[in-house]
Amino acid sequence: MSPETLHRFQFAFTITYHYLFPQLSMGLALLIVALKTRERFWGDAEAGKAAEFWTKIFGINFAFGVVTGIPMEFQFGTNWSRFSEAAGGVVGSTLAQEGVFAFILESSFLGLLVYGRKRIGPTLHWFSAVAVCLGAWISGYFITVTNAWMQHPVGSHVAPGGIVLDSLGAVLLNPWELWSYPHVMLGACLTGATVMASVGAYYLLERRHEDQARLYLRLGVGAGLLAGLALAFPTGDGLARTLSQDQPAAFAGMEALFHTQSGAPLAIIGQPDVQRQSLDNPIELPHMLSFLTYRSWGAPVQGLDKIPTGQWPPDIPLLYYAYHMMVGLGTGLIALMGLAALALWTGRLWGQRWLLWLILLAAPFPYIANTCGWLTSETGRQPWIIYGLMRTDQAFSPQVSSGNVLFSLLGFLGLYSLLSLLFLALIGGSLKRGPGSDGHGA
Amino acid sequence: MDLGGLWYWLLAGMLIVYVVLDGFDLGAGAVMALVARDERERSLVLRSLGPVWDGNEVWLLAAGGVLVLAFPRVYAAAFSGFYLPLMLVLWLLTFRALAIELHHHLGSTVWLPLFELAFAAASSVLALVLGAALGNVVRGVDADGQGHFFLPLFTDFSARPPLGILDWYTLLAGLTALVALGRHGAFWLNWKTGGPVQARAQGLARGLEPVLIVLALLLTAATAFVQPMALQAMELHPGCMVFPALACAGLWLSHAALKRGAELRAWTGSAFFLAGLLGCAAAGLYPTLLPSVVPGQSLTVANSASADYTLATGLIWWLPAMALAALYFTILYRSLPRKFRD
Repeated sequence: MSPETLHRFQFAFTITYHYLFPQLSMGLALLIVALKTRERFWGDAEAGKAAEFWTKIFGINFAFGVVTGIPMEFQFGTNWSRFSEAAGGVVGSTLAQEGVFAFILESSFLGLLVYGRKRIGPTLHWFSAVAVCLGAWISGYFITVTNAWMQHPVGSHVAPGGIVLDSLGAVLLNPWELWSYPHVMLGACLTGATVMASVGAYYLLERRHEDQARLYLRLGVGAGLLAGLALAFPTGDGLARTLSQDQPAAFAGMEALFHTQSGAPLAIIGQPDVQRQSLDNPIELPHMLSFLTYRSWGAPVQGLDKIPTGQWPPDIPLLYYAYHMMVGLGTGLIALMGLAALALWTGRLWGQRWLLWLILLAAPFPYIANTCGWLTSETGRQPWIIYGLMRTDQAFSPQVSSGNVLFSLLGFLGLYSLLSLLFLALIGGSLKRGPGSDGHGA
Repeated sequence: MDLGGLWYWLLAGMLIVYVVLDGFDLGAGAVMALVARDERERSLVLRSLGPVWDGNEVWLLAAGGVLVLAFPRVYAAAFSGFYLPLMLVLWLLTFRALAIELHHHLGSTVWLPLFELAFAAASSVLALVLGAALGNVVRGVDADGQGHFFLPLFTDFSARPPLGILDWYTLLAGLTALVALGRHGAFWLNWKTGGPVQARAQGLARGLEPVLIVLALLLTAATAFVQPMALQAMELHPGCMVFPALACAGLWLSHAALKRGAELRAWTGSAFFLAGLLGCAAAGLYPTLLPSVVPGQSLTVANSASADYTLATGLIWWLPAMALAALYFTILYRSLPRKFRD
């Protein structure tokens, strides 16, 4: 395998695995703040018990996020040295701010949130939850704004020695970030909410911790429905329309639109055939793509035929499937949450075992949808690492050989397999013990 | 001093904070087997680190971010050039973090010794590797015209070309780091635990003192031999003598405070010692970030700093960020129990 393939595979694998943890942390943090706030200011003891239970899950999940996150910051240098050297003056600004503003806030107050319940006053404990949540969301902002610059490099110019930052303000207020940040964070909320609802459904089906379970379901279904709807509109819609303007090749690839056409249809299902430049077995909504993109049924939409093949995303089927799976799973989750919310509203959810079963089984799907979303974003940007400025095949570390990358890649594969077993054992144990079991104070 | 020079010292400052803070976690892990004899005592050591290790380790990430910001060429060259040892560091950090965080979560005592072993071994090796890493930076690498290099893990251990990551000099630096951080960890346990663990930590801190003095003197002499630039820099800028003075004062303070049972002050003395030692390294190299044995190919502030706009805007957010960090850490450390109990 070529060094480029191995560098890319290692980064893709480690980032995909890493992002399984922060998406739950960021979403759950907000739900824990909601629970702690009910406890602190409304004196709701049930919410306090729930906050304590979910903080325990959060603590385990956070630790895995930290240990799998550190390799990401290292790999910009170890595996992508030409990218770091050229773009460090820009991405260093945002990555360093993530470190000093987000990580320090998050990690110092997490110590108080997890270990301080019996030691510090209720107000400081409530504030610790808020601080951890704030830290997680600030972290999300700086990492997505770094990605937004790679997708749509603003506020900088290319000079002989590398890429020079002209305006930090322009980078931090990148128009791309306007849609991508809320879209990513809402995706995290959907994961947090679905997991919470799913655990609630599990306990109800088991007929244990039923008061807690109902609280998890109310909060999880409510937050999940809101997050799901806002993921589709306005954030998903806005992001897709931004993409159609700034990265027409990625946009056409996502839709597998090989030919420019007026009144373009929206493909629901179908298999892209790049050789014949067609979509096999398509099921399409006529004129829908034109309407969604330009709010006009007959508007022409640019296809891949208008773009030189050298600038096509190299893996169009992967891009197409990733995007369609994200949209499909997102739609399914909105439907499920909508149904569950309706059942809650009419007071019938607790008795509908089939619906509880569906909610229980829904837990993995927001993870898959979030992963597919990032896959769409990152494969769509190819062959560029910084869109229009630097190609991915010009960015990896030239002096690190394939043998060395394969060594570290195999190490990560083994280590992360072990981490997965450990994570499942720990979370499984926590769910079995359930809320109200004795924690561990300092 | 120009903006690049200023960031050199800000970066050095953040790395010193990292070593002073995470140093006691690593040190406590390295000496755990010596100060804790049974399950309860070992669990006490681990619990005294539970609320703080994460916040401490994050300084490594924050400093890494600042390195990318201010000196992207150095970050790119050093991280790719030290590829394998950095991957090992990542894996060790993973084991250490999971052992501290999860040892009490599995709900079965069967696994405890495994977690404790992982914690002690990963902490010891990390302390050694961090010292060896600093040794590599001081000794220099064989960077070519573009600042690129790729060092093998070891060659003939001679500290002369062909260079390897491990040689007698970097191993000496690693050993010094292991002893210095082990002592630092013992001071933490002396401060934050009680009973037999505290008593043994006290004895260990006392016993390690002469070893550390000998190692530090040896390392100083070896550095003068391996990297003559370091001593020349000290002669050129007499103001830099503040760092060796700080190290000596720290050593004396920790010694005197330990005798009088002033636990916090003894730990602070050890922190000053570490800060002084690292300050010496930073002052000895300045304005070089990564020396090269190939003449004229060293990475310096002048040839690797980011553009002035990046550095200047960086200061605007860096200063309030550090003020906030100081506030968070004050809240965190003031909320810790005076002594952790088992």
